[in-house]
Amino acid sequence: MKEEDRNPSQAARREFLSKLGRAATCVGAVAGAAGLGVVSNASGKSEPASEGASFPTKDYDWTQHQWAFGVDATKCIGCLRCVEACKKENSVPQNAHQFRTWVERYVYLEGEDAAHIDSQQDPVNIEASGSQKEFRFANRYKNAKVEKAFFVPKLCNHCTHPACVQVCPVGATYKTKDGVVLIDHEYCIGCRYCVQACPYGARYFNEEAGVSDKCTWCYHRITKGLQPACVEVCPVGARIFGDRKDPQSPINLFIRNNRVQVLRPESGNAPNVFYVGIDKEVN
Amino acid sequence: MEPVIHSVPYVGWVYPNETIFEWSVLIAVYPYLTGLVAGAFTVSSLYQVFGFQRLKPVAHLALLTSLCFMIFVPTPLLLHLGHPERAFNATLTPHWTSAMAAFGYFASFYVVLLLLETWFAYRPFIVEQAQKRTDLLGKLYGLLTLGSYDVSPRAIAYDQKWILWLAITGIPAAHGLHGYVGFMYGSLKSREWWSSDLMPVIFLFSAIISGVSLLVVLYAASCKLRKIPIDVECVKGLAYTIWGFIMVAILLESLAFANLVYKGREGIEMIMQYVTGPLLIPYFLLQFAIGLLLPFLWLSYMIWRGTTGRAMIIGVTISSILVLFSVFMMRWNVVIGGQEISKTGKGLLFYQLFVGGKEGALVAIALSVAPLIALLGLSRILPPWIHGTVSSRVSAMGGH
Repeated sequence: MKEEDRNPSQAARREFLSKLGRAATCVGAVAGAAGLGVVSNASGKSEPASEGASFPTKDYDWTQHQWAFGVDATKCIGCLRCVEACKKENSVPQNAHQFRTWVERYVYLEGEDAAHIDSQQDPVNIEASGSQKEFRFANRYKNAKVEKAFFVPKLCNHCTHPACVQVCPVGATYKTKDGVVLIDHEYCIGCRYCVQACPYGARYFNEEAGVSDKCTWCYHRITKGLQPACVEVCPVGARIFGDRKDPQSPINLFIRNNRVQVLRPESGNAPNVFYVGIDKEVN
Repeated sequence: MEPVIHSVPYVGWVYPNETIFEWSVLIAVYPYLTGLVAGAFTVSSLYQVFGFQRLKPVAHLALLTSLCFMIFVPTPLLLHLGHPERAFNATLTPHWTSAMAAFGYFASFYVVLLLLETWFAYRPFIVEQAQKRTDLLGKLYGLLTLGSYDVSPRAIAYDQKWILWLAITGIPAAHGLHGYVGFMYGSLKSREWWSSDLMPVIFLFSAIISGVSLLVVLYAASCKLRKIPIDVECVKGLAYTIWGFIMVAILLESLAFANLVYKGREGIEMIMQYVTGPLLIPYFLLQFAIGLLLPFLWLSYMIWRGTTGRAMIIGVTISSILVLFSVFMMRWNVVIGGQEISKTGKGLLFYQLFVGGKEGALVAIALSVAPLIALLGLSRILPPWIHGTVSSRVSAMGGH
């Protein structure tokens, strides 16, 4: 005799639970199918081109390039043309708190061990420029004895192992085949986990758009054979950009001819912005 | 009109983009709520799975508390997102390397588990009400039966099996959910203040003490409201639970801090300046001394002296309120504190809490109180003091 026959109430319960299970499976299947539709759309978005000759322009094949950036801090004069050009080129909010690139000033005064560090966003510098749309470094050390001073341009490091990409819950930020870290603004949910995860402070949150933003090495320009805006406007050649796959590119010459270093190598992020002429306090 | 961005004051050298605080008080409320869920569920499991009979008067209250708080867990996150309408992207197209990606799955699974367990636990009561009442509420109970009116001893025994297994599954689910919240912070290498391997377990133990404390307060308050005597043994059981777990919580937090200081990696000078300056009161005084050590010592004293009756109930309730406060301060000190120490290791920022606004204090308070209101409402339909779980089951089984 089957157990169900002995116990009709339990049989009824089992039947009920089994119906519930089937109903759940159906709902799950429908949701799953809908989900898959979204998945395919989403992956289409977060990996813009499969193997790409058509992305982002017809003439550009991202498998043929590997971009990298160099900063020669010994050349930077702190004119901040790069910061302004970047803001204009990339519609970065015109304020003193959100930047895709910035310049840091390190000043060692006589008799002091630690550097005085500031950037263009410092209230003293903003006061000197008189606007949050134009940037100047105030001559704030004119009465002090300066032992050593230099400028360090900063930007997204487009890391080989980017912490920001790792933590993005939806894959809206991703690494392209040509070595650039981009953000899909149509897919970003605005959780800002990436902003927290970046050890370099390279990301900011665009409140108006509700999404994270950062330097793209002017991806819209470099894929057309142009230089990033900051590189283009730098009057002293402190910013160097090029293709690692081209042995004679400016960046390869820069890396070959100098002893370069990266910021926070201990993070394991493996940055792709290479520095010359920075000091122990720069991180 | 409110400005789009709010920059915060700072000292020293901070990265320009850091001058806007990205994770507000709501992100501190989120782990707080999750922790209360995990802690309350622990109490329910101690009774359902481990047979702590003393905790019977709060077993159902614990389950309902867990459910009500869990429903509100996603709200601070949704309010915080730049694009809340895209929130489901994380579930539909999860990016698995992200510690955040699994949240939707974890949370949904756990909500379903809580709903199922609550249904099984209350089934005899729901059936009884559906058959007894003829009003609108009766119809609601009728719906809640899901068409299953069988309360025979065998059916009840069958339910009991489900309750047991759901409770067993719920233990790793609740604690996994919360440990995972800790991992979200602990796994970030960008901030020394967060980057600790101990973070998930610290979160877990603070969660447990906060949830148990919440139940003490809710149980005491509900007895007062219902004008019934408080079950001293039950409060004692909860007090032992807090006492046991608070020791581990104190130890873990102290170890994490000692590790941080002892390793003394880059940026430690700024951290020391921070904890001995702006964080001295919120961290050492409020979170540690008043919120953890005082309740621990008080509970220890009561256990040592064998305090019982009214004095014990008052002592445990006040200790619980202190623990609830301490755990909120812990969430605050992690989430807000972490961002107040600049990533440069050379500067400090000062978070400004707004009263109004989408991410202001009022919203944070509302989100913390909302689960309690939901609980009040739910307790009208599913009274936590009706023990469909064992008493009525035993009588039902015995009566047939």
